Amino acid sequence: MQRSQVLDLYFVDARSKLIDIAAFLDRAERAEGADDYRLRAFREALSALAAQGGGANRAERVLLAFSDPTSAPVEQADGKAATGAWRGEGK
Amino acid sequence: MRYIEPHAHMVSRTTDDYLAMVLAGCQAVCEPAFWAGFDRHSAEGFRDYFAQLTEHEPKRAAKYLLPHYSWLCLNPKEAEDLALAGEVLALIPEFLDRPGVLGIGEIGLNRNSRNEVAIFERHVDLAARHNQLILIHTPHLEDKHKGTRLIIDILKNDPRIDPGRVLIDHVEEHTVDRVLEAGFWAGITLYPESKCTPPRAVDILERHAGGNVWMNSACDWGHSDPLAVPKACFEMRKRGHTAAEIDQIVFQNPVRFLSQSPHFVAPV
Ligand SMILES: [Zn+2]
Repeated sequence: MQRSQVLDLYFVDARSKLIDIAAFLDRAERAEGADDYRLRAFREALSALAAQGGGANRAERVLLAFSDPTSAPVEQADGKAATGAWRGEGK
Repeated sequence: MRYIEPHAHMVSRTTDDYLAMVLAGCQAVCEPAFWAGFDRHSAEGFRDYFAQLTEHEPKRAAKYLLPHYSWLCLNPKEAEDLALAGEVLALIPEFLDRPGVLGIGEIGLNRNSRNEVAIFERHVDLAARHNQLILIHTPHLEDKHKGTRLIIDILKNDPRIDPGRVLIDHVEEHTVDRVLEAGFWAGITLYPESKCTPPRAVDILERHAGGNVWMNSACDWGHSDPLAVPKACFEMRKRGHTAAEIDQIVFQNPVRFLSQSPHFVAPV
């Protein structure tokens, strides 16, 4: 596809999602309290998103920003459900 | 358009979904064993579930002219009780010769714990001893990348496992290369929030054209869509993919992988 065709198909949808993200950050920052590991990972993912000339692998780098980078199995599962961002070692 | 739904938890869906799938062109549906949303407390509970997958559900699907296949296992979410897991593993072989049983799945990891790894290895051993195909579930969200690495390492370390007979499901942009480069098949799951949207799935397909890849809805009792595969086909059409290219991904690729099981009959 031509770039203009990609924009015709996806620009308005992507624009809407970007504004949703902006509003989410505003909402989180209006709320009382400190950032936790999720918001810290989110901010890291945003910088991966904004990087120029990423070789068109931004989706991969955003996913990696949220991912557990360690290699050893954990001693015990802390609950059945993942939360979306890695808590960090020993937590 | 014709397609195969290679991963759907139909026991959690209504017959309206069977009708919608058939009308959309579905030719066969494959149902991996999974977690019920609560922990089953006895091996007999699993025996009933395996009977549901291999006896009752195929009859329900047949009313909609849809061939129904199944995969059997204990879900990684249920791996923390090692004694119960051992009992369930012991009863699986009784079901492997039933018509429609494709192999062992969906096995894998959930939170990447030691017990999950132990039970995963026992499932892999069971599959190897009984010469079964394997369907792998990779973990969700932040656990997926690590879990995929662990799973590939375990499979690569077992010389009995032929990667061409293993499909690693729920790949995303950060795991698909590793799966395909190691010789495994890759499944892209179309899930509203936690996995791939149709545009992302088609991006992955375009970047791995000709790869051993299929798409599935993995619809279950949660927020999911039994028509996700035909909707992704529509996305491919919007981007100019031909009917033949779409057929390759959603019909011929699943037929090629699944036909390695003697129980799978390719739709004509
Ligand atoms: Zn599933």
